[in-house]
Amino acid sequence: MALVDPDVVAVDPAEAAVPPSSPAAAAASRTEARSRPLEVLVLAGGLSHERDVSLRSGRRVADALEDAGVSATVTDVDSDLLPTLDRLRPDVVWPLLHGSTGEDGSIRDLLELVGVPAVGTGSAGSRIAWSKPVSKTILARAGVATPESATLPASVFREVGARAVLDRVVDRLGLPLVVKPAKGGSALGVSVVTDVDALPQAMVTCFSYGEVALIERAAVGTELAVSVVDLGEGPVALPPVEIVVEDGIYDFDARYNAGRTEFYVPARVPAEHARAAQDAAVTAHRVLGLRGLSRTDLIVDDDGVPWFLEVNSAPGMTETSLLPLAAEAAGYALPDLYRAIVEHALRG
Amino acid sequence: MTSHQPTGSTGPSGPTGTVVPAASTGTRLDPWYGSYSARTHGMRASEIRALFAVANRPEVVSLAGGMPNIADLPMGRFADTVADLLRTRGTRALQYGSGQGEPELRTQITEVMALEQINAHPDDVVVTTGSQQALDLVARIFLDPGDVVVAEAPSYVGALGVFRAYEADVVHTPMDADGLVPEALDELLTRLAAQGRRAKLLYTVPNFHNPGGVTLSLERRPRVVEVARRHGVLILEDNPYGLLGFDGDPLPALASFAPDDVVYLGSFSKTFAPGYRLGWALAPHAVREKLVLASESAILCPSVAAQLTVSAYLTQFDWRAQVKEYRLMYAERRDAMVGALAEHLPTCSWTTPEGGFYVWLRLPDGLDSREMLPRAVTSLVAYVPGTAFYADGQGSTHLRLSYCYPTPERIVEGVRRLAGVVNAEADLVRMFGTAASRPHGVESPATGTL
Repeated sequence: MALVDPDVVAVDPAEAAVPPSSPAAAAASRTEARSRPLEVLVLAGGLSHERDVSLRSGRRVADALEDAGVSATVTDVDSDLLPTLDRLRPDVVWPLLHGSTGEDGSIRDLLELVGVPAVGTGSAGSRIAWSKPVSKTILARAGVATPESATLPASVFREVGARAVLDRVVDRLGLPLVVKPAKGGSALGVSVVTDVDALPQAMVTCFSYGEVALIERAAVGTELAVSVVDLGEGPVALPPVEIVVEDGIYDFDARYNAGRTEFYVPARVPAEHARAAQDAAVTAHRVLGLRGLSRTDLIVDDDGVPWFLEVNSAPGMTETSLLPLAAEAAGYALPDLYRAIVEHALRG
Repeated sequence: MTSHQPTGSTGPSGPTGTVVPAASTGTRLDPWYGSYSARTHGMRASEIRALFAVANRPEVVSLAGGMPNIADLPMGRFADTVADLLRTRGTRALQYGSGQGEPELRTQITEVMALEQINAHPDDVVVTTGSQQALDLVARIFLDPGDVVVAEAPSYVGALGVFRAYEADVVHTPMDADGLVPEALDELLTRLAAQGRRAKLLYTVPNFHNPGGVTLSLERRPRVVEVARRHGVLILEDNPYGLLGFDGDPLPALASFAPDDVVYLGSFSKTFAPGYRLGWALAPHAVREKLVLASESAILCPSVAAQLTVSAYLTQFDWRAQVKEYRLMYAERRDAMVGALAEHLPTCSWTTPEGGFYVWLRLPDGLDSREMLPRAVTSLVAYVPGTAFYADGQGSTHLRLSYCYPTPERIVEGVRRLAGVVNAEADLVRMFGTAASRPHGVESPATGTL
């Protein structure tokens, strides 16, 4: 069950058309005080399975920043990164790397070593949020509901025997199940298992993406994504986005090839259910130590209970991503919002 | 700016027992969603394609791509040729040209084809934007939705994409170490006819098959032509690699046996370079006429600048010597790959090509090349899963490895990494006992098919 945090500033979906603050005006006043445009280095690409998604996010954010009068350069993470940082000396780095390195905290450690301000969550928060089982555990302790699950590395199946372990999983968690890599995004390696005979194949699929599997009881309800933005006045939940996939699950195609998925923002759930989802997302942002922006994926059941699935410390920013969609629905102009996010990072 | 147009497909009813805010209308983030053709709605964004984004990074040994290695072309001298062309014939090079292609290049193309014993007239050659466009044109003038195209199992992914775009029904016919099996083709065409389904085209890559790596034997060539003729099926002979046989002795093209029954596709992409995007079709006159009309409606004319440049290259350079250099280089890389496979992947089997770019590898039982790809990318090696080369979902037991682009040292390293991936995946499949549930399609080592 979601905690109601008295500090939470959640946007009421009914008021979503009104921006909660005016980052544009604040940004404009700060710009006047600067003698040169803000320089932002956007990191996109990397070596993860989500390289392509990251490149799209990077281009999209850089374009929006340019529209807001910020000088934005997109660069990959490779052997040129440190020389590029030395050469460009950006005011702020915006890591838009998805998947490993980008979200596991390592790139943040590197940026902290270099001493350059960066948008978003630091290395400690990234490391926690990157692991779905760890973030689920912490959120459960904070009172947020999350589907019952088992986290099992391939080595356990090898040592104990796959069949015996899977039998126990089904006995305990029932069906349907969601099998997913413990780390990673974009629904890569994710299967929804409704038939016990399909479970071994789902495990093989999952382990192709990573060494540890999270097997979770499938939550039933409305699929929501709640983005959280913090511009220095505490985390603010944007209106929940409801995800309805025409056929099948919210898989890679449904995420990045516009058409099969219909998004509702505000979500078609009662206001108190939406509020509970927003509270859960803000709680996740706070207790996991996230900064700047995050996106929490949840299922809200018919009783209004938001079930936490995972949180993204570097949420997708592509044309079909959920945070930009929620921000626009909340009345933000994306260039102004991104500029405000950068300026918040600059202030540390 | 994000579009929030209502799609009209969802009314105000929400999940049971909930109140629906009046303002909540859905968006698909694509205002044109209702306007696409039926065939577009089937197009899916594949995670496989996204994974290939990683394969371009230098850390990854990509055994996936089919890029020729053109690093050794004499670029300096060639630059002078291009500059000279623009100085002396710039107004022609940069102008529109003939829809069929420039006459001098068409004449030179007939000389290239003569090496494969094709006796062609320049009038029957249609120059295209890569042979891929020729494929598209042939499909356009012959195929209605639901028409049957017979293609080898496996078959070139780019051709399957074209046939899919024209909503044709691709039926695969088996190959073995000597290429297309004429008896099996005969049987298939007979069976199709009995079902009232007439195949319109036989699509084949006879030399150094992509992805199969095998070559249609000389002995089978007239038999394939005879079977197709008897069933009234036009042969679409796609031959980008014919001059890249390691023994330097090209086999006669199918078109040389039956010029009236074959549309032959050629390309400069592998014998010279792919950047100018120049290919061609050689077709019987009636077909050729329709290809020209179709090409004019598609692109007006192929690039004149590209044609004159390639024409100048063929005239002013010893292009045959260049092809020989390519052959030697690719032979060395083939040796590196086959040697590394023998050393590191004893649990797999593969074809040993006598030319071209590709090895077709069969995984140990139960392994799925598509499922295994993320693990390979994590291990910094890339390949193309066999499923890409079938129209019917087969191919998961195989993968395509290309040796054309990486250096021999990188090829060996890539195969070494691949061996680690295969072994880890085999361990996993054994552990979960998923081997038995894998469909194998018609492929069977027992029958000797690929």
